[in-house]
Order: sequence, then structure tokens, then C-alpha cells
Amino acid sequence: MAYVDDFPTDARIVRWNMAVAFAALGVGGLFGMIQALHRTDVFRGFVSSADYYTVLTGHGVLLALVFTTFALCGMFTWGVTRSLDRSLPSARFAMTWFGLMLVGAVMAAAAILGGVVPSIPMNADVLYTFYAPMQAHPAFYTGLTLFIVGSWLAGLDWFRTYWRWRGDNPDERIPLQTFMVLTTMLMWYISSAGVAVEVIFFLLPWSLGLIEQVDPLLTRTLFWYFGHPVVYFWLMPAYFIWYTVLPKLSGGRLFSDPLARVVFVLFLLLSTPVGFHHQYTDPGIPEGFKFIAMTNTMFLLLPSLLTAFTVVASMEHGARQRGGEGRLGWLRKLPWDEPAFAGCALAGLMFAAGGFSGMINAGMNINYLIHNTLWVPGHFHLTVGTASALTFMAAGYWLFPQITGNRLRFRSLATVQPYLWFVGMTLMSNAMHRAGLAGVPRRTAEPQYDSVTFQGVVGGVSEMRIQIAVGGTLLFVALVLFLIVIVGTWFGGDGTDTIRVNSAIPTPLSGPEHSPRILDNLKLWTAVAILLIVLAYGLPLWALVGDGLLTPGSPPIPV
Amino acid sequence: MEIHRYEKIWTAAALLLIVGLIATVTYGAVGPGVKMVDDSGGTIDAGSLDETEFADPGVERVGENEYEVHVVARQFLFEPGTSEPIRVPANSEVTFYVTSADVTHGFEVAGTNVNVMVIPGQVAEVTVRFDEPAEYGIVCHEYCGAAHHTMAGQLVVVPEDEYDTEGS
Repeated sequence: MAYVDDFPTDARIVRWNMAVAFAALGVGGLFGMIQALHRTDVFRGFVSSADYYTVLTGHGVLLALVFTTFALCGMFTWGVTRSLDRSLPSARFAMTWFGLMLVGAVMAAAAILGGVVPSIPMNADVLYTFYAPMQAHPAFYTGLTLFIVGSWLAGLDWFRTYWRWRGDNPDERIPLQTFMVLTTMLMWYISSAGVAVEVIFFLLPWSLGLIEQVDPLLTRTLFWYFGHPVVYFWLMPAYFIWYTVLPKLSGGRLFSDPLARVVFVLFLLLSTPVGFHHQYTDPGIPEGFKFIAMTNTMFLLLPSLLTAFTVVASMEHGARQRGGEGRLGWLRKLPWDEPAFAGCALAGLMFAAGGFSGMINAGMNINYLIHNTLWVPGHFHLTVGTASALTFMAAGYWLFPQITGNRLRFRSLATVQPYLWFVGMTLMSNAMHRAGLAGVPRRTAEPQYDSVTFQGVVGGVSEMRIQIAVGGTLLFVALVLFLIVIVGTWFGGDGTDTIRVNSAIPTPLSGPEHSPRILDNLKLWTAVAILLIVLAYGLPLWALVGDGLLTPGSPPIPV
Repeated sequence: MEIHRYEKIWTAAALLLIVGLIATVTYGAVGPGVKMVDDSGGTIDAGSLDETEFADPGVERVGENEYEVHVVARQFLFEPGTSEPIRVPANSEVTFYVTSADVTHGFEVAGTNVNVMVIPGQVAEVTVRFDEPAEYGIVCHEYCGAAHHTMAGQLVVVPEDEYDTEGS
């Protein structure tokens, strides 16, 4: 029995969420290739340099917010219903949050597209960070608000399912997948409050002309209060797959359930009080607060390092179950020709590299060297662009047969795709990292400035440009292959195939009974998380609003 | 709670790495004295820079081998920097005060540690030593509007004797 047979309604909700996610991935990925070719000066026929920023805004919003959040909603709906073995309480409620998110995403996307489509009388080329006082059309801010409120209701839906399950099972441990979903959503409620306050109380009334000015540093700080935790909102679903599905794909079982819970609790505690590390080079923020944010950021490495251990140990266990031997020889026994496995494993490997460049970003004074250079997009194309995106695609290969009832189509394309993504990203992100060290800025339409010479550290600047262009093109080709496989699978059958995969997850080697019950006390962890945030953000925010909420202020500047 | 022996070793190593990273940054701050941009520049009314010390931006000598440079960033130029280079002598200590007249910009002197955000209403203060004559490019590294990619400038560190004879 496939998931779709047991939970037909929930399977439909999962499918629709994944469909929107992958549609956003397709459009956002196309924008990405246009950018890669434009800013490297390889081909500039798509847009002018002035319109480049519209494309860049679309790329950021569609991929970093829309794709990731819808994919998360699909996977989490599957994980909660599967692990609790019960449907969401109400299909109508599920359609409400899905609809809110969709309408919000379409509004924001329409406002962005207005920058290049003359018939849309709107404009929002303010990039993914929408720093005031550059101003977007109110539809952009309204769309973002609806989108985030929709995501809150999605979380409420999973909590409702959990509460009902709890009523029937008062003494059982929370199943691991549901535990991960609940901790992720608690983190999201706490952190997205920052951007909600920014948009609802400041940017939206300001774009409507209700208030005349906003404090750019305050709104920027509220953005980054949310802006780094949102990274974990992308990564935690990838971890969710790595912890619960990847061990099975490797042929084994999870190494340690208790450590997986510890990791998610650490993310809940530490994700939010780190945002100032995006503002190391901002004036107006005392050095001491930056230092506190740095120590929090560095300790946030711990859950990721623990994950590296557990995931690799689980993979090794799986490989040995399949007959793997030797200190490293077991690696050969892993199913590298299985697209779902290969995608997850390659994503994890690249995430390790991304983690190391993240350590550089987090280092307060080392950050001077790379702040706002091309190094930064080089870094996050390894994290969100590979760890999350490639894992979600790999999960799609595994999940789509189960939520449609059709066998995976175009299997050979699917087998090649993760490797193509890996090669494309290797070329693009290594060149971006190196160009960043040479001082080449991010977020610009031009590769070269007349009055500035960038000293390449290794290799030449033109060679890096070629790598970025070739890498970006390969990534787009890989994306098209992925979409062919998914669309082919979805529409290429009548839902009655015999499916080769199923949703059953083997029990971990060390199960939840080995962990203290306090780990499941979500109220306690939420309280500690909020306390840490008050410690990290209380004084700085107080100082910023001490001179008035809207001052020193700036009137809107249209873009 | 049962934790595997290798897992304990790994966790200890991870914690060691984290504490080590924090220690290197702390050393950088108290040893070589790498100072972060902070709130020392104060706040300013971005709408009326003409009534502040940014009314006439440029280089000013404030002591033996000590200079202050006030820079205004606006769409899409640095003043000074873009239409005329910022000129300072070698073997000097230069403090930059950078602010914005409109939107958020960046101020990066490529190849140096001068790399700050320029936020309306805030003054970024950063001090750097220039020992040797050199030419540096300045880029705006935060998107600031449709012509952001044209916003750049130059910083020229001239030999000491040349700087004096020009009397500038």
C-alpha cells in the first residue's frame, strides 16, 4: 500500500504543495541562469543591466522563500501524517493555508514581474532583502504577509494533528518526524515574528503612505532577526530527510534517535539570537552585541556537526548491511545509482563545504574580507542552493511515486541529474568564493568596474567568470531534467502501478526510549529559546527604538 | 542517555573547534586590535546633510599623519571618490566617516579592510593605516537602484612628499 492509498486527501495536499514548490524552482532557476550569463558578460540578450535586479529579486524570492516553504509544507504534511498515522484534521483548513500562501506568493511574484512586464503597473525590484528606504509596491508587502500567515496556519495544522494524536496516546514519545516538524515550526513562529513586525507595522503602512518615514537600521535589524533563522527553515526539512529517509535509502537505519532530537532542540534554541552576524559591518550597532551574536552563531555549528556524524554513521551502517567492508571500502556499497540516495548524499557532501565557508562568514573580523562580496552567494548556493534544493529534489524522486501511485519515469535522466547539479554547483560556487576573496561585489549586473581592478587569488578573474556561466547553465539543465522526471511521473500513469518504494521507516539503532523525556518537553524549550532571544536582542532593539520608532528616518525612495 | 563513544569524541572535537574559532576572533580584537564598525559614528538626519559636517565632504588633516575623510554616498556616486579620487598621503592613519543621502549603500575599498554598510541616518566610522603609495578601487556593494553597477570610485595613496608639495 502506498501513502496515496492510505491518505488520499493528504497525498493531494502534499502533491499540490510540491507542485507549486517545483514550479517556483523552475522559474527561479531560469532567472538564475539568465543572471549567471548576464553578469559574467557571456550573453546579455535577455534583459538590460537595469532590469537585471528585477530578475535577481525574482530569483531570490521564488527560490529562497516560495520554493523552500512550499516544499517544506509538502514534506512536513507527509511526515506528520505518516509518523502519527492519521490524516490532517480538516481538508478545508489545509486548503485555507495552502490558498493563503499561494495567493501571497502570486501577489509578490506579480509585483516583481511588473519590473519587466510593462502591462503590470507594479514594481518590486528591491531584492530578497527589501531594505528600506527603497520601496516596493504595497502588493509585494501584502503578498509576503499573506504568505507568512499561511505558513503559520500550516504549522497550526500540524500541531492540531499532533494534539489529537496526543489525546489518544498520552504516554507515548512523540514520533521523530513529528518532533522535527513541531520544533521547526516553533522556531519559525519565533523568528518570523521579526519580519512580520517589520512588514506589518513599518513597510506596509509606509508603502501605503500612512507613515512618512521608517528607520532603515531598525527595519534592517528586524529583517535579520528573521533572515538567518529562515536559513534553518530551509535546512531543517533537509535534515528531516537526512535523518529519517536517507538511512533507509542507504540500506540501514538511523544511528541515534536521541541525538536527532537534541539537534532539533539546539536549532530551536539557537537559530534566532544570531541575526546580528549579518550586520557585522553595520554602523549604529555596538561591537559587544555583535560579539554576543557571534558566539551564538558559532555554537549553532554544533547541531550541524552532530548531524554530520549521525548521518554519515547511519550511511555507513546501511552500507555494511549491504555487505560493505573496510575502513572506507563501504562507501562503494552505497546505492550511488539511486537518484534519491545520490541526491541526498551529494547534497550533504556539498553542505559540508558550505559549512566551512559559513564559519568564515560567522567570524566577526574575518567577515570584513568577504562581506557583501561574491563569496556570500557562493556560500549560500551550497546551503540553500544545494543542501536544501538538491535534497528536496531527491526527496521528490522518492516521494512522488508514493503520493501519485505512479512509478518513477525517465529513470536514467533522474540518475544523471544529481551528479549534473553537483558538477554545475562545484564550478559555480568555487568560482564565486574565489572571486569574493578578490573583492568582487555581489548583487551587481556588471562583472567589471572601470576604476577598479580585482586581484585574483588563484587563477584569473575571466576564468572565474567562465566557470560561473558554465556552472549556472549546467544547473539549469539539471533543473529541466528534474522537472521532466517529476511531470512525467505525475502524469505518466493512472495511479495503479506497483511501486518499488514505500513510506515505512525502520526503527533507529538507538531509539527514543534511550533519551530523557525532558527532550519532548516543547514548552520548556520554547521558553528557553525566547529567553535567549531577549538576552541577545533586548538591549540592541531597545537602543534602536530609544530615539523614536521612526527615527533617524528616511522617506521612501522609489526604485 | 546512551551516547556512542565515537559520538562523544566527535562532539568534544566540535566544541573545541567552536571555542577555537571564538578564541581567534577574540585574539584578533585584543591582539592586533581589529575593531568592528560600531555606533561611534552616531546618527544623523539623512534629509539635511547640508547642515552637518557632511555639507562639504572631503579630506581633512587633523594631526601629524592623521586624516579624516567625510564621504557622502548617494545614487549613484561617492562624494568624493567618483568624480575625483579620494587622495591621502602614504604613512598616514585615515579615519573614514561615511553616510548616505538616500538609500542603503556599501563602501568597500577593494583590497583593504575598509568594508562597511552605509545606512541612511547612521554614520559609519572606520580607521585604517596606509603605509605605501597605492591606488584602490571603491565599490558600492549593496544594491541601491537600477544603476547600482555604475557606482564606484577611487582612493589614491600618494607618496608623502608629493602630497605636501601639492598643498592639498
